[in-house]
Amino acid sequence: MESLLENFWIVLVLKLLTVALLVPVAGLIIGYAELKISAHMQARVGPYFAGGRYGWAQLIADGVKFFQKEDIIPAEADRPVFKYAPILVLISAVSLFVVIPFGPGDALVVRNLDLGIFFALAISSVGTIGVLMAGWSSANKYSLIGGLRAAGQLIAYELPMVLSVIGVVILAETMSLNGIVEAQIEWGMPFVIPQAVAFVVFFIAALAEMSRIPFDMPIAESELTTGYLTEYTGFRFLFFFLGEFANMFTFAAIAATLFLGGYAPAGAEVFGITIPGLTGPIWLSLKIGVLVFVMIWTRWTWPRLREDQLQTFAWKWLVPIGLANIVVTAVMKVLF
Amino acid sequence: MLDAQAMAQISETSVAVELETSDMTLNIGPQHPSTHGVLRLVAKVDGEVITDVRPILGYMHRGYEKISEVRTYPQVIALINRIDWTSGYANEIPFVVAAERLMGIEVPERAQWIRLILTEMTRISAHLLFMGSFPLELGATTPLMFALRDRERVLDVLESVTGGRFHPNFNRIGGIKPAAGAGKEQKKLTQDLPAGFFTETEAAMDGVIASTDQLEKLLRKNEIFVARTKGIGVLPPEVALSYGVTGPNLRASGVPYDLRNETDYLPYDQVDFEIPVGTEGDSFDRWWVRLAEIRQSANIVKQAIQKVPSGPLQAKVPKIIKVPKGETYVRAEVPKGVMGYYLVSEGGQGPYRVKIRTASFSNLSMLPWILEGVIVPDLLAVMGSLDFVLGDVDR
Repeated sequence: MESLLENFWIVLVLKLLTVALLVPVAGLIIGYAELKISAHMQARVGPYFAGGRYGWAQLIADGVKFFQKEDIIPAEADRPVFKYAPILVLISAVSLFVVIPFGPGDALVVRNLDLGIFFALAISSVGTIGVLMAGWSSANKYSLIGGLRAAGQLIAYELPMVLSVIGVVILAETMSLNGIVEAQIEWGMPFVIPQAVAFVVFFIAALAEMSRIPFDMPIAESELTTGYLTEYTGFRFLFFFLGEFANMFTFAAIAATLFLGGYAPAGAEVFGITIPGLTGPIWLSLKIGVLVFVMIWTRWTWPRLREDQLQTFAWKWLVPIGLANIVVTAVMKVLF
Repeated sequence: MLDAQAMAQISETSVAVELETSDMTLNIGPQHPSTHGVLRLVAKVDGEVITDVRPILGYMHRGYEKISEVRTYPQVIALINRIDWTSGYANEIPFVVAAERLMGIEVPERAQWIRLILTEMTRISAHLLFMGSFPLELGATTPLMFALRDRERVLDVLESVTGGRFHPNFNRIGGIKPAAGAGKEQKKLTQDLPAGFFTETEAAMDGVIASTDQLEKLLRKNEIFVARTKGIGVLPPEVALSYGVTGPNLRASGVPYDLRNETDYLPYDQVDFEIPVGTEGDSFDRWWVRLAEIRQSANIVKQAIQKVPSGPLQAKVPKIIKVPKGETYVRAEVPKGVMGYYLVSEGGQGPYRVKIRTASFSNLSMLPWILEGVIVPDLLAVMGSLDFVLGDVDR
């Protein structure tokens, strides 16, 4: 048994299987949370009957329904591109799970990459290529506008996101996500305190990256009839859907790791309590839960920005703020 | 020698070659989630900027003017409920008043006051729907749910009197329909409204005012909402007047024109109310004016409850209604603006000709003007702020 768990390939397969299982499960939980929380925010009941109690099986039923639907590809569509776009979106969301540490050491992370956060930022942009492919190949003008909006959004928001992360990297002196969490334990405080500005910038940029309200212009159902999703049906639509919720999970996980201490128990250092490593996933899930709740809260409270207003906001506010944050952080780092 | 046309053609061609861009024709609707029915817009877009827009109407044409010619007067009342389905009761008023004027009927005061109360409640329900649908076009779904929840209170009261939520069909020529189940004696007396109607209405109006506060809190100072609406879709008063825009859209441009103050189809002169007007004429003002109008209407209803006299509901009218020969035009302020019926009678059981002037049609007519130069996301936001109903446009 001991030797089995030390075999690299067996461990890798086990971890990948866990990730493959985690994506739909996290998607289902977050999706259900969104349905229920939004319902309560809007004086509704939300799903109630599916599964017997509180509609817990609503999203499973939805998923089964999507698989039963006919897989329609528009006659004018660019078939291969149209087919692979949703897969690319989902792959990008799944790949992000690879570097997220759920506990200390190598046991609870698929790969503890030295360039972990770099990898995460790079992979998260791949999803937008999938969105652009979907918009371009659908042979639909609304889809095209949606896809191009997504591309414009990517350019506007990738930069502030990277800039906000640099502040954390300067403090932690490492790009490995495990290392960043260890640095926060060493500091005795989550980085959200010294890097509050960066946290806000990162969170806003993450919302834009995920195309959630107030930045959901690529989908914008009231303008573009759901933009790049317009022509998708059945399980390909489900892939986008799942990708969206998986993205929420991963971005919340990255934000929690970078700024909220990741798997480290919140506030435990203050009381001098040592908590065994296996509680890491619980703490991380709690922090993810809080961040996801804020995302849902935002989504159901605010209207949508306009594309040009988003660009203005990104280039005139977030980028300068991010740059200033780096300068201040670097100066403080050198001084103290 | 080249003539002017050829020159123009050449210069256009050279421009096209230099820039190598082309306009995209974007067909919006008739099946589009945000066109409030089946409006079709053919928009030429340069990137996301609209250079030209052409509304195509008629997908919802139901021929009500023509059908009215082969229906009796009570039947027409049921038809015109459906013109603007968000304010069915208010649509009935001008038609009924037109017929009554031709017949020379004096409507009992009690009936007039009840008509006033129900009209204002219809206005509240129509405006509350707008309070939900307009933010929805900007991507905010929560105001819709709040607005619908509170509109339901008003509709419940409306239903308790008329039996219908959207299409009350409650007016009769010469008065209003006695409540269902009222006995022969009671028809003539005061037991026409359901028990507890006044207290329920009063409570509903308090609820409506509380709900406007909530909606205001949710949106008025929301930065994104302000950024999406302030200075967007500005309609100057002179343009609004030249296109015949009426209702809240006109008042948002700063013109205090409200038929409730100017004609006497209902006893509005005996209640106190203000006419909220906007200053900029932009989308935000159109939203704000409607919100203020809900409060005014709720106040009107509260005052009217105190003033409803007792007495009969119906003037004496013959069993078979025949309107004497003649013609008249009656306008009324319905939630969307001014609605008018030009009624021509040849003395038969039904109208000889009815020309319906609807508010939404005139309000929509300036779409090409207001939409030129806006960008696609604003297109639907501006259209949403105009609050038209396609049934009201096409009839």
